[in-house]
Amino acid sequence: MATSDSSPVRLLYDVRVRAVLYQVVAVALVVGIGLYLFGTVSRKLAAQNIATGFDYLSRPAGFVISQSFISYDSGNTYGRAILVGLLNTIWVSVFAVILSSVLGLAVGIARLSRNPLLSTLALVYVEALRNVPLLLYLFLWYALIVAVFPPVREAWQILPDVFLSNGGLIVPSLRWSSAHTGVLAGVVLGIVLACLVASSFRRKRVATGQSRMAWPYVLAALVVPVLLAMLIFQPEMAVNWPEKGRFRITGGLQVTPEFTALLVGLGLSASAGIAEIVRAGILSVGRGQWEAARAVGLHDRQTMRLVVLPQALRVIIPPLTSSYLSTFKNSSLAIAIGYPDLVMVSNTTMNQTGQAIEGIAIFMLVYLGMSITISMLMNWYNARVALVER
Amino acid sequence: MTDTAQLSTLASVADERPKRPASSWYALLKPYIGTPFNAVVTFACLWLIYRLVTGAWGWLVTRAIVEGGPQTCKAAAGAGACWPFLAAKLRFMIFGFFPYDEHWRPALAVLLFLGAMIYSMIPRFWSRRLLWLWLAVVVICGVLMYGGVFGLSVVSTTNWGGLPLSFMLSSVGLAFGFVLGVLLALARSSKLPAIQVIAVVFIEMVRGVPLVSILFMASVMLPLFMPDGVTIDKLLRAQVAIIIFAGAYIAETVRGGLQAVPKGQHEAAASLGLGYWLSMRKIVLPQALKIVIPPLVNIFIGFFQDTTLVTIIGLLDFLDTVRSAMRDPVWQGIAVLEGYIFAALVYAVFSYGMGSYSRFIERRLKTDHSHGRH
Repeated sequence: MATSDSSPVRLLYDVRVRAVLYQVVAVALVVGIGLYLFGTVSRKLAAQNIATGFDYLSRPAGFVISQSFISYDSGNTYGRAILVGLLNTIWVSVFAVILSSVLGLAVGIARLSRNPLLSTLALVYVEALRNVPLLLYLFLWYALIVAVFPPVREAWQILPDVFLSNGGLIVPSLRWSSAHTGVLAGVVLGIVLACLVASSFRRKRVATGQSRMAWPYVLAALVVPVLLAMLIFQPEMAVNWPEKGRFRITGGLQVTPEFTALLVGLGLSASAGIAEIVRAGILSVGRGQWEAARAVGLHDRQTMRLVVLPQALRVIIPPLTSSYLSTFKNSSLAIAIGYPDLVMVSNTTMNQTGQAIEGIAIFMLVYLGMSITISMLMNWYNARVALVER
Repeated sequence: MTDTAQLSTLASVADERPKRPASSWYALLKPYIGTPFNAVVTFACLWLIYRLVTGAWGWLVTRAIVEGGPQTCKAAAGAGACWPFLAAKLRFMIFGFFPYDEHWRPALAVLLFLGAMIYSMIPRFWSRRLLWLWLAVVVICGVLMYGGVFGLSVVSTTNWGGLPLSFMLSSVGLAFGFVLGVLLALARSSKLPAIQVIAVVFIEMVRGVPLVSILFMASVMLPLFMPDGVTIDKLLRAQVAIIIFAGAYIAETVRGGLQAVPKGQHEAAASLGLGYWLSMRKIVLPQALKIVIPPLVNIFIGFFQDTTLVTIIGLLDFLDTVRSAMRDPVWQGIAVLEGYIFAALVYAVFSYGMGSYSRFIERRLKTDHSHGRH
């Protein structure tokens, strides 16, 4: 440390100078590497005569997608094909999240059961799912579906007009019209109204300490907008009945085996993690809370709902967020069993156009954007349930 | 307990029932049929267990085909497990396209690797010598796999596959990922804003996208980034992707450990005149890493399972050799589940072993802190 005062080398021993120096070096390194990579890539692309840019998105795609929730045919553009893939990803993730939450809650509570048989079974369920890779389960479920169910020609008719085969599950569907969209809006409005009514009752209960019967009002708020929408729009109840032909079944809504295998795989594997999260959350609420709730005269269900769950949620929400996020990201394994999700459609697009960088950039940005959105939503919810320290 | 008993006289509590002598048959059965609801649950569980066990036993043993070829299995039409398939394809499933006569080499490498792993899992042997041990093991395994010296024939990486490849991808990925992760964690908790921002952007970008997309990026884009004439092995590209992915996740775990080290430790190190790197290496990191060993083991289990994803970009890891065996024209459509069930068992054994180890480590480290709960 002992250097002469006049030497410029002395400056190097100053902590502040060093801090600036390190940062300049780090930024210069990152920028340098970035520029170098950019240079190599553009030179190589120019040498291979590959056009850059996103113009290709408006060209016709020319490939079919086995499942889409908006109208799509091979004449549509690459842009629309990627949108179809994105919707497929969202669709399967949403259902998987719902499935895994319900199963996870049930198994998590079962693991805490006083019945040793039930809690052991739940433990076996969790261990069996956590110790085997998800991809292997996806292959296994897919193989099971294809092996167990009969070919389309001999499809089982499990209910009138509901067919089950290794080509998937086929159920009657409504012919969608704008009137149905109106009713759907009514349903959404009903759910929002019901939530509002329930929360206003809750606020009154907290303010006055008197508990009034809330459920008839909540139910009314839920149902009335739907009925009104039905009356106003008068939706036509035209049903798209599946018809069994010689070789295939036409019409109806088709749930493909790929979708089912992916949904079951994602849902089950996430449910094992959620079960552990729920268990840890409920265990984190001290016994004293249960005893105190009993002492003030709450019965078991009220204790759970008003005392234990609100405290358990504080522990549960952050890991639950990561669980939902990984379910969403794991849906990209769809490519392995052929469900046309975002990654698979982008992959086909890349193979056809050769525009790998744009293709990868699109789906990475989409995943990044969705991940950030989900975690922001969950963080907002977490902030609501978090302990407010006064 | 007396407190609870007194409280329960104030409120009507359904759960409190008169106590019976503890040794009676009633006390034994109470958890199973204590309440009508519990009795229903017990019988449902018993029924489920009965169905599962008889189903599995029938498929694995009584209805299984023990000897014969594909035709025998085909005639049985999937009524039971087809053991001849597993017997015929076992070596291919485990070693992939490695030359058949040279299978002793990957087998020896795997045994050596597992031995070294078990040795270094025992806390009594934790010391700096382990690094040298691992260096030796990695070199010997490399020589065994690749050959080219001591009269061993050269086996190019395109012929590597199966279980040795899975072990290699996950262990090398985790070793380098760990180094990268610790550096990233230090960068993220550093006081220098530019370095912090670089680390945050890197970590969040990698954690925000699925592993599949990073593997795709490595397999499609990495060749474009390289200067002309430089080609990178496909295996190495996948390995780079796994290292990057593991690094970002390990970084977040280690950051948690760094945050848990009390501020006083930093200050004490500074007051002794230790610089940043010295205080990190000698004081802060050892404490931080010790805290995060259990979550790190859990991350390791996850990544061991995640290496199966390299199947998607066409690498022959264990899961992929199993699938190739099932797609063999001779056996196609005959053994549709056996291979998967075998692979699931192999993964389950390793994952469960590591999981038990993680719980053991957690208990062992807990004894150091007498103020722990329980």
